[in-house]
Amino acid sequence: MEKVDVIIVGGGLAGLSCAYELANSGMTILVLERGDFSGSKNVTGGRIYLRPLLPFLPDIWKDAPLERHVVKEILTFMGRDNSTTFELYSNRFNQEPYPSYTILRAKFDRWFADLVSEKGVFVIPQKNVDDLIKDGEKIIGVKTDGEEIGADCVVAADGILSFMAEKAGLRKPLRPQNVALGFKEVIALDSKIIEDRFRLERNEGAAQLFLGTLTRGVMGGGFLYTNQQSLSLGLVVGIHSLNQKEPREEVYKLLDQFKERPEIKNLIKGGEVVEYSAHLITEGGIHTIPKFYTDGMLLTGDAAGLGINMLVTVRGMEYAMVSGVLAGRTIKMAKAKNDFSASTLSHYEKLLNESFILKEMNTFRYTSMVLNNERLFNHYPQIISDIFEKVMWVDEKPKEGIYKTKMTELKKNFFNLQTLKDWLQFRKI
Amino acid sequence: MKVTEKLALDAFKNDKESHISLDQKICQTCKERYCIYACPANLYSLNEKGEMVVEFTGCLECGTCMVACIYGSVKWRYPRSGFGVQYRYG
Repeated sequence: MEKVDVIIVGGGLAGLSCAYELANSGMTILVLERGDFSGSKNVTGGRIYLRPLLPFLPDIWKDAPLERHVVKEILTFMGRDNSTTFELYSNRFNQEPYPSYTILRAKFDRWFADLVSEKGVFVIPQKNVDDLIKDGEKIIGVKTDGEEIGADCVVAADGILSFMAEKAGLRKPLRPQNVALGFKEVIALDSKIIEDRFRLERNEGAAQLFLGTLTRGVMGGGFLYTNQQSLSLGLVVGIHSLNQKEPREEVYKLLDQFKERPEIKNLIKGGEVVEYSAHLITEGGIHTIPKFYTDGMLLTGDAAGLGINMLVTVRGMEYAMVSGVLAGRTIKMAKAKNDFSASTLSHYEKLLNESFILKEMNTFRYTSMVLNNERLFNHYPQIISDIFEKVMWVDEKPKEGIYKTKMTELKKNFFNLQTLKDWLQFRKI
Repeated sequence: MKVTEKLALDAFKNDKESHISLDQKICQTCKERYCIYACPANLYSLNEKGEMVVEFTGCLECGTCMVACIYGSVKWRYPRSGFGVQYRYG
């Protein structure tokens, strides 16, 4: 059996970040990517936050093929036939280093893989890893297309479905309660039209989130990100919630109905759909993370369950990249001791605990519970828009005072025990 | 726009063999048909004989069906090396 120092299963953000950290270390690093190229199996909403990444990966961003830096945060509460939108613009979003960018993974990951290859790492595409090779409990290599390759350390960076983590016995199969489906269309649109419709300058971007009737009571929401010459428009829905939905309805129809809403229709008018994609998202938070290491193996990114729904944003890519870097640092330390046992590799868990990743996941440990509250997705977005509509409405009858209108509606919809209970729950996030 | 039209925009390299298999014994006892409602590519349907079938060639490789089917009928693996969907935007 041929042997290398490190095999990284999966050439996405976690795997490539780990490889980048290990490049120039003198070790032989092999990244096995199942797609035609890195990024060809990856999907994001999406937007990436740079500031958490700069301390760990300071040098790669100058030429990185990111899309637009986000200067507008837009939040829309959708009722059945009305909606209310909050829009935040801040000069802070427009100061370098820009805090976040929209991103298309097929472009970004492919570029990152090239960068890592130039540094001497072997990134091999079209290599699906079928199984792990074990010596007792210790992971000593992988099987790919009938070939066996040995390694001192195997890094599972194979995404949320991580068959590697399952085969290593570190993780059980995913449960519907702990995952959501994200699916989207990429809609090509001239950059000038995007800038006009969203009132942006060149290279500036917007991120819009939607909560409310668009998911028909199912836990989740909608998203829209402006890329340079396209929009990413999609939905996220909890699988357990979807399984429970009555009346039953095929999930793909929700996106088509969403696109028919006047609020969306006008934004995508004249655009041409160029891709339809889907991916799972981890929603279980800190309660469902597995053990991150075993003899000869580390889990990174989605494979390690590192990701979180913070209600107003979904985080995962920064966690993937930083966990990859931390796995790389752990491997360097293990190499210096020439000991890849679980006790040495446990250093990785310590690094994760000290990083923003597990601190944030701990802070947001109750979000999954709050997200199970159906009223968040139908009741509240509806009444916000209904009250606003009543305040703005003028007809042939003498108009009641704004305070009276507001108070009547608030009494009816908010001053009750249920809302108090919900409020107490929402305060936890 | 139909889902089939959306899938036609994606780049696929289809294997001869399916990477998804169903346990018909389990499917016959299932009343909810979670897979039909959860697949974003609308690949699950009942055939004339009333058996659940899945059209693997338009698979977006999200794995939702495997998770949504709480009865464990969906056996799902990644397509073999070099096959399946190849995203150009992602």
